[in-house]
Amino acid sequence: MNVHDILFWVFSIVMLACGALVIFSRNPVTSAMFLILLFFFMAGLFVLLEAFFLAAIQVLVYAGAVMVLFLFVIMLLNIKASERRKFNVLAVIGGLGVAVAFVWELAVVLRRPVQSLTTGAGEFQGGLQDVVRPLFTKYMLPFEVTALLLLVSMIGVVLLSKKDLR
Amino acid sequence: MTSAITLNDYLAISGLLFALGIAGVIIRRNVLVIYMALEMNLNAANLALVAFSKFNKLPEGQILVFFIIAIAAAEVAVGLAIIVALFRRNQTVSVDDLKTMRL
Amino acid sequence: MNPVWTILFAPLAATVIITVFTQRWKMLSALVSVAAILLSFAFTLGLFWAMYSLSKQPDHEVLSVPGPSIHWLVIGEVVRIDFGAIVDRLSILMLLVVTGVGSAIHVYSLGYMKGDEGMSRYFACLSLFTFSMLGIVLSTNFIQIFIFWELVGVSSYLLIGYWFEKPSAAEAGKKAFLVNRIGDFGFMLGILLLWGHARTFDFVELQKILPTLGLSSGTLTLIGALIFCGAVGKSAQFPLHVWLPDAMEGPTPVSALMHAATMVAAGVYMLCRVAWLVLPSPEALLLIAWIGGVTAIMAATIAVAQNDIKRILAYSTLSQLGYMVMAVGLGGPTQAMFHLTTHAFFKALLFLCAGSVIVALHHEQDIWKMGGLWKKTPITFITFLIGTLALAGVWPLAGFYSKDEILLLALKQNQPLFAIGVFTAGLTAFYMGRELFVVFCGQPRDHHAYEHAHESPAVMTGPLVLLAIFSIIAGWAGEVPHFLDPHEEVVHSNLGYLLLLVPVAGFVLSAAIYWKPVPSDAPMQASLGGGWTLIQNKYYIDEIYLWIVKYVQGTIAAICEWFDIWILQRLGIGGLSVGTGLLGRTVRLLQTGSISDYAFFFSIGVTVIIYYVVVK
Repeated sequence: MNVHDILFWVFSIVMLACGALVIFSRNPVTSAMFLILLFFFMAGLFVLLEAFFLAAIQVLVYAGAVMVLFLFVIMLLNIKASERRKFNVLAVIGGLGVAVAFVWELAVVLRRPVQSLTTGAGEFQGGLQDVVRPLFTKYMLPFEVTALLLLVSMIGVVLLSKKDLR
Repeated sequence: MTSAITLNDYLAISGLLFALGIAGVIIRRNVLVIYMALEMNLNAANLALVAFSKFNKLPEGQILVFFIIAIAAAEVAVGLAIIVALFRRNQTVSVDDLKTMRL
Repeated sequence: MNPVWTILFAPLAATVIITVFTQRWKMLSALVSVAAILLSFAFTLGLFWAMYSLSKQPDHEVLSVPGPSIHWLVIGEVVRIDFGAIVDRLSILMLLVVTGVGSAIHVYSLGYMKGDEGMSRYFACLSLFTFSMLGIVLSTNFIQIFIFWELVGVSSYLLIGYWFEKPSAAEAGKKAFLVNRIGDFGFMLGILLLWGHARTFDFVELQKILPTLGLSSGTLTLIGALIFCGAVGKSAQFPLHVWLPDAMEGPTPVSALMHAATMVAAGVYMLCRVAWLVLPSPEALLLIAWIGGVTAIMAATIAVAQNDIKRILAYSTLSQLGYMVMAVGLGGPTQAMFHLTTHAFFKALLFLCAGSVIVALHHEQDIWKMGGLWKKTPITFITFLIGTLALAGVWPLAGFYSKDEILLLALKQNQPLFAIGVFTAGLTAFYMGRELFVVFCGQPRDHHAYEHAHESPAVMTGPLVLLAIFSIIAGWAGEVPHFLDPHEEVVHSNLGYLLLLVPVAGFVLSAAIYWKPVPSDAPMQASLGGGWTLIQNKYYIDEIYLWIVKYVQGTIAAICEWFDIWILQRLGIGGLSVGTGLLGRTVRLLQTGSISDYAFFFSIGVTVIIYYVVVK
């Protein structure tokens, strides 16, 4: 039992608890907060997996930008926390049922012996250069396309936010 | 120090998180919370990809996660814009009230 | 071309020619038809002469001219139906009867049907009938005979319902066809049962292989009884006799030809043709004999109380047919054919005389409106007298010999049937005497009709005289039975002369009652009371049948209706429509318009797919 494993379990369990709380909180702002927390612990798991670059990106983009946007919108819409939404029992049962089914399938699959990949293995150590170099060489096209996509989505958002389309 | 955590553990966590996400989409009535559960789903997928990347010693997993994060950000922006527009129209964010189909 | 085909197809050609070409010219159509049958008769005579000469030679015992045969229907190895013609002693005799009596009646029809609107149709149907009847006689196998059997039924229907504007005639035609059909059903079953065991339809083959089939006696009896059903229908035996009296709705020459001489005799002919099928089974023979006997006596009792000149003769025909069938049942097909031949002559004669009387009195058929006609229609009277004596079995006319043969056979084998036969003979003389005396003797009962009565033209009286001559000579020297079966000796027992007393007694009795010009049957009615009502109403058999049909058919119809409404309509169609509606409405509930519901279904689908792709 070393630090690495302990940290893994801690991060994982807390993360899952946050996830549960995201779903079951009454106040949407509380849900958003727990989601931010979830992202942080996810970043922790990334670090344990030696994906430092991604951990940073996760905190910056997801927790920093996306969730802030969420909170802006929640505040903007001014949703009263006291708005009691009616508990639809059927939906709860359905949702939990689907979740349980999925988890059961997962368990079945994970019991099977893992086939490890042999090709192309070995060299990657997780350093930043090793991650980013393919990004700018092999995967240049998707990179540029993603940039374009961001532009397009920005235009879309602006358009959608207009009060009247004139 | 060799770690006792195997790939399966990471995948199990990822799977559980994904299940939580789906449950959230079905259970909650508030559109924004549903959207947040969807983000949880994406994150679960990200975790799985990074785990594979680490244990199979390939950079592709992490590169894909990079793209996913970017695209997810764009998607959130557009989605929220739609929700805002919906709210402006119907004055509600409850999924139950957002249907016009008669029984 | 083989002359046999000419005999068979000349009448068919006449039918076609009349139907297609000469319908507008009535006399021409009539002459075409008459010419055709005379042609057939001529060829038959020629064929007969050849066979007769051949039979006189000592070494020709089994006399059978090989007839032509065409393979008609062949299905693999299993079914082989030929279309052929068989010319042996039995068939040549029957051919003579059919074409001979037929020719006489065709000529007679020229006079009887003169002026009738549909004369062309009449002669076309008559030629069709002749063709069909000849087909039955010449058939070589069961399927061929069945085909012609049905054709004869069709001709009968057409001719009985000839005056179809009369509802009673149309009904009678239908009745004849339907009752016949019932008999044919049994016939067909018998044919198929036999084929199932023997795998062939041909008469000659069947006769050869029948002993080798190893059929159980039960099967043999069943086959015999079923095939006999065909004869029961066609020859109007009890219980399928009900159509024959109604068939008198047709024109009198038709009654003479079909329902006296030939068509009804087809049943007897068929039985004689396949006698080897029924002879091995004593139970079948007993059945046949008793049905014949019962028919004979029943019909004779009914005839005593009938008032229509043709109906009396119709019941008399039934009675004589009963004799013929009884003869077959007693193991004597030769005797049956002999009586068939003589009966053809005198019964046709009697019917034609009746037709002459009807025409003379302008279509009056009730005997109680006739009387004293012997002065006005002498030829008809003399020939009717000859026919009556022949029918009653008075020596030395033809009926004496043929009837006696049958009675002698009965005496040897089955005494109760002998008693029935003798009693029926007495009744025959009685009712024929009644008819003779009431119609021809004494004083006229309806003076208006009597004034206008006149003798028929020569074209009608000629055939009468011809048939009368044959009625006299046909029995002589035992030539007919000898020709049929050279091995059987003709027994002339003195008992025959003793039996002569019976018809004489019958005549005397009827003369005692009817010689004086009595106005009606009232005295008889009074003395017999309820019995008279019973026989006048034909033992109410028709009414019983109607009741049965009504209730059986009614019940079956009710069941079918219930089934149709409840099961097919409500359950089937209604169920389908309602079910589809319900199903549709149920599935529609899946479309709620709610996003989370859709998300739910979506996730279920994903889970299922993952299950089948990954987990399995």
